Amino acid sequence: MRTDQSEHRLAIVGSGVMGTNITTLATGYGIPVTLIDVNETVLARARTTISQKLRHAQLMGALPSGLAPGELATSTSMHDVADATTVIEAVTEVPETKAKVLAEASAIVRPGTTLISNTSCIPIDEMAASVARADELVGVHFMNPSYLIKMVEVIRGPRTSEGTMASVTGLLSALGREALVIQDSAGFVINRLLHPLINTAAMLVEEGVAAAEVVDGLLEGCLGHATGPLRTGDLIGLDNLVDSLNVLYERRGDESCRPCDLLLAKVRDGELGRKTGRGFYDYGKVAS
Amino acid sequence: MTAEQTMAPITAEAIEEALLSFLAERIKTTVDADQDLFKSGLVSSMFAMQLVVYLEERYEIAVIGSDLTLDNFRTVQAMTSLVLRLRNANAADDG
Repeated sequence: MRTDQSEHRLAIVGSGVMGTNITTLATGYGIPVTLIDVNETVLARARTTISQKLRHAQLMGALPSGLAPGELATSTSMHDVADATTVIEAVTEVPETKAKVLAEASAIVRPGTTLISNTSCIPIDEMAASVARADELVGVHFMNPSYLIKMVEVIRGPRTSEGTMASVTGLLSALGREALVIQDSAGFVINRLLHPLINTAAMLVEEGVAAAEVVDGLLEGCLGHATGPLRTGDLIGLDNLVDSLNVLYERRGDESCRPCDLLLAKVRDGELGRKTGRGFYDYGKVAS
Repeated sequence: MTAEQTMAPITAEAIEEALLSFLAERIKTTVDADQDLFKSGLVSSMFAMQLVVYLEERYEIAVIGSDLTLDNFRTVQAMTSLVLRLRNANAADDG
């Protein structure tokens, strides 16, 4: 089992909210990261975001003391995954996109390299069909913000090997995370429960039953949720939420997972939540 | 902009007043200057960073190193002390 930071070299594909979150976590724990995305503009923006997130992590006392930060390299070439000990894909929650990225990465890395999908909904075995060695693929559902939330949901696909499970356990330990392992299923545990809840909360706002603050206030005040569903949706990103709801709806046929009109309208209007400064709430000009 | 303009005296009272007003606007609740904002659950860990950026931009300070700790942002009083200390350090460097 790997627990020493020096044994890990991560390649992270996708520099959006989750890619930058995981990069922040890894570099903050002294593990070098090569971050890959489609162009230099998004990578430059990601470097700025990662610096801000590292400050946030330090502010919250979330990083270990006495560890030199891991080096961050950025690249627009998938070939730079070649030397990684683990590749983490954190691209858009669209099955075809994830399958394409995983297929490309698995064709480049050495056999024995762990492939992690940070999918929040797509069954691992569905994506395993696209990779060179299905036993090397495992799901790790990091939370947002990954550097503040210790627990992660680990999804073992039916073809994921013992060796891959041991490798991912070692990596998560080096990242200071705690893992709970589940079997493969669309939406896994967290989002099969959470996404229909957020969608229903949005429907309640859409129907005029209650304002966003009231829906969240009831779940926070009466049920003890730390963050209400709509504020959580804003944190996830409403575009990602709609993508995930579509994945769930297509695979399970559950009507509570069909994205409601209000969510679709917000995505159409670019009100994607915290990352754009406005979603169900207004976050001002500072995105954090 | 001259050094005199950037380092115009800013009193503790003025900083406290600005912070209380900023908080009232952003979290829709009136708080006391000595109230622990995080312990009381009034603000989230995500909002903490917005407080840092707000103070840095408004008072032209940089919160870095060991100053970047939640204890400096728990109360309006703690934030006021931090701003005054960092501004005084800036002024001393300029002098």
